[in-house]
Amino acid sequence: MTVLSLRGISKTFGAVAALTDIELDVDAGEVVAVVGDNGAGKSTLVKILSGVHPPDSGTITFEGREVAITNPSAAQKLGIATVYQDLALCENLNVIQNLFLGHEVRPLRLNEVAMETRSWELLRQLSAKIPSVRVPVAALSGGQRQTVAIARSLLGDPKIIILDEPTAALGVAQTAEVLNLVERLRENGLGVIMISHNMADVKAVADTVAVLRLGRNNGVFKVNDVSTEDIIAAITGATDNVVSRRAAAREGAAAHTPQEGRPS
Amino acid sequence: MTTREENARHRGDRAAERSETTSTDLQDERLRSRDGVRGVVTDIVERARGGDLGVIPVVVGLVVIWTVLQILNPIFLSSANLVNLTLESAAVGVIALGIVCVLLVGQIDLSVGSVSGLAGAVLAVLFVSEGLPVWLAIAAAVVMGAVIGWVYGQLFNRFGVPSFVITLAGLLAFLGLQLYVLGTKGSINLPFDSGLVNFAQLAFVPAWLSYTLAVVAAVWLFVSGHLHARERRRAGLSARGTSVLAARSVALLVVLAFVVWYLGQTRGVGWMFVFFVALVLIMHYLLSRTKWGRAVYAVGGNVEAARRAGINVKAIYTSVFVLCSTFAAVGGILAAARLAAANQSSGGGDVNLNAIAAAVIGGTSLFGGRGTAFGALLGIIVIQSISSGLTLLNLDSSIRFVVTGVVLLLAVVVDSVSRRSRTSHGRA
Ligand SMILES: Nc1ncnc2c1ncn2[C@@H]1O[C@H](COP(=O)(O)OP(=O)(O)O)[C@@H](O)[C@H]1O
Ligand SMILES: [Mg+2]
Repeated sequence: MTVLSLRGISKTFGAVAALTDIELDVDAGEVVAVVGDNGAGKSTLVKILSGVHPPDSGTITFEGREVAITNPSAAQKLGIATVYQDLALCENLNVIQNLFLGHEVRPLRLNEVAMETRSWELLRQLSAKIPSVRVPVAALSGGQRQTVAIARSLLGDPKIIILDEPTAALGVAQTAEVLNLVERLRENGLGVIMISHNMADVKAVADTVAVLRLGRNNGVFKVNDVSTEDIIAAITGATDNVVSRRAAAREGAAAHTPQEGRPS
Repeated sequence: MTTREENARHRGDRAAERSETTSTDLQDERLRSRDGVRGVVTDIVERARGGDLGVIPVVVGLVVIWTVLQILNPIFLSSANLVNLTLESAAVGVIALGIVCVLLVGQIDLSVGSVSGLAGAVLAVLFVSEGLPVWLAIAAAVVMGAVIGWVYGQLFNRFGVPSFVITLAGLLAFLGLQLYVLGTKGSINLPFDSGLVNFAQLAFVPAWLSYTLAVVAAVWLFVSGHLHARERRRAGLSARGTSVLAARSVALLVVLAFVVWYLGQTRGVGWMFVFFVALVLIMHYLLSRTKWGRAVYAVGGNVEAARRAGINVKAIYTSVFVLCSTFAAVGGILAAARLAAANQSSGGGDVNLNAIAAAVIGGTSLFGGRGTAFGALLGIIVIQSISSGLTLLNLDSSIRFVVTGVVLLLAVVVDSVSRRSRTSHGRA
């Protein structure tokens, strides 16, 4: 079932056409990777969906109804949650305090028990590996922090969750941890939009890849039907160049070597 | 398949066995079990190693300072002197409580001394010169403090001027206003028979009531701990055992009863000190158990994250500045009552620095987001001990300033070092 669909979305900043005529569909239980070069318009798309910027034209349909997302809280109310790249966690607060920040249960006499119980529920839903929810976030690894940020976005029972570069700052093991989380989100029936630079991640977890190039759609592929080479070609707009050739070579070698350093 | 089973599947059989008997929050196999009193001690030691020192440095510091001062002058730990010490602590302690709040959001108020002096002057003028009822004079002085804090908040939020500059300007301006309000005489005496002066100088809690309050505190600690533990167990979470809770309550009872008994050898526990402790308890509740308190810590930890979590950051800043100036005014009123006068040097000298030093010595971080209301209580007792001990030795105030300065420096160094240690232990 299609939860979210965009038709003809455009956005200009002064003279720059950041997005032109964008189409995108996200089903429940589907992971859509949005890929594209720097400046392709990925962040702008995220901002439109999360209510930071209104689109100039085009329609957004959410659960069959045409909607206007005018501000961040409207997006949240609809059920579109966004996890930004910098996560926005308070290092001095513990996991529970971060999860419920701004939405505490019983404002005048905090209900710690209810919040802790709900925290464990959320983390279990994600099969998250966090030993204690009473440690300050500063004591957690990068992957665990990402987990906390994702768990927090689940608090409002969203239908769509947008992850902006969730693995960009992470090492190999932690990347795997976060990709597992994305898998969980899909199993829980959420639609996931994942912005990524990393083809290995995209191939590992996405169902669909939407390529943006210079603010336009440049192909929507089913992951199983497309090679890394083709995706990179769509991103760069070239059918044959150094990047795509080397990527193809790498893909051939990938079966033998573990994952290597990622571009950022 | 239920979530629990699913969990077990992912963690292997060993974890599955654990989950049968273990509380929700203790299921991770990496957690070492920490039961009973020993577990509590291990916990504290480990946290201290990681740079989360809590009240340890200030308690150690207090013991050292008391030992040294007692050796230098055997009167120092006498009941009479300690009674005096508690009374002298109250005024600046209340001011320090406000400083804790501004430091928690990562800001500072350098004008608390001037504001307290001005509040004392306003009180004296309205009460003595204008002949208003004392409660009205007090209310006016307190409201004036709140308004000053509100103005600071507006300046800070609208123009983004750093708080230390705004309050430095306030320091000078309100000192001027204090001198102006006091007029040419420069000093106004409060009548000795007024309730206010009586409260600050002569009102002591009767012995039976002191002991009753000590017992009430211990019982309350046990009951609230027990109810909380029961609620947690019902929700399937781990909780402190009854023995730990009982030990904690008995320890509190012993300490409080001893304090009451010892101070009772002479005059006893002053109402003004009880008032200060009550304010500490109220602030402790507000900071640790309300949504507002969470927001204060969040703003001090990461403003941007707080904003995105939907917290009204500007309102939090304003509330904290208002609170700080209000506490400064209350402290000024207490100081005037204690002295039975308001004069040109009220709130001057070392009041400002003592209040800030007390907050920092009590473990409030200058970097924001870390500290407790109890820190103000412990910190002011350290400061006041130094002051009282050196006065007993007939040492000049010049030496007192130097020693207080050194202690403040030590506290700041401890703050910075433990912050670094937290960063390297990933607890920043
Ligand atoms: N607030 C803005 N004002 C002006 N131009 C912007 C703004 N945001 C994005 N742009 C422009 O829009 C284009 C797309 O940017 P962006 O969505 O950030 O790309 P990506 O995230 O894919 O790297 C870029 O050319 C960028 O300079
Ligand atoms: Mg971007």
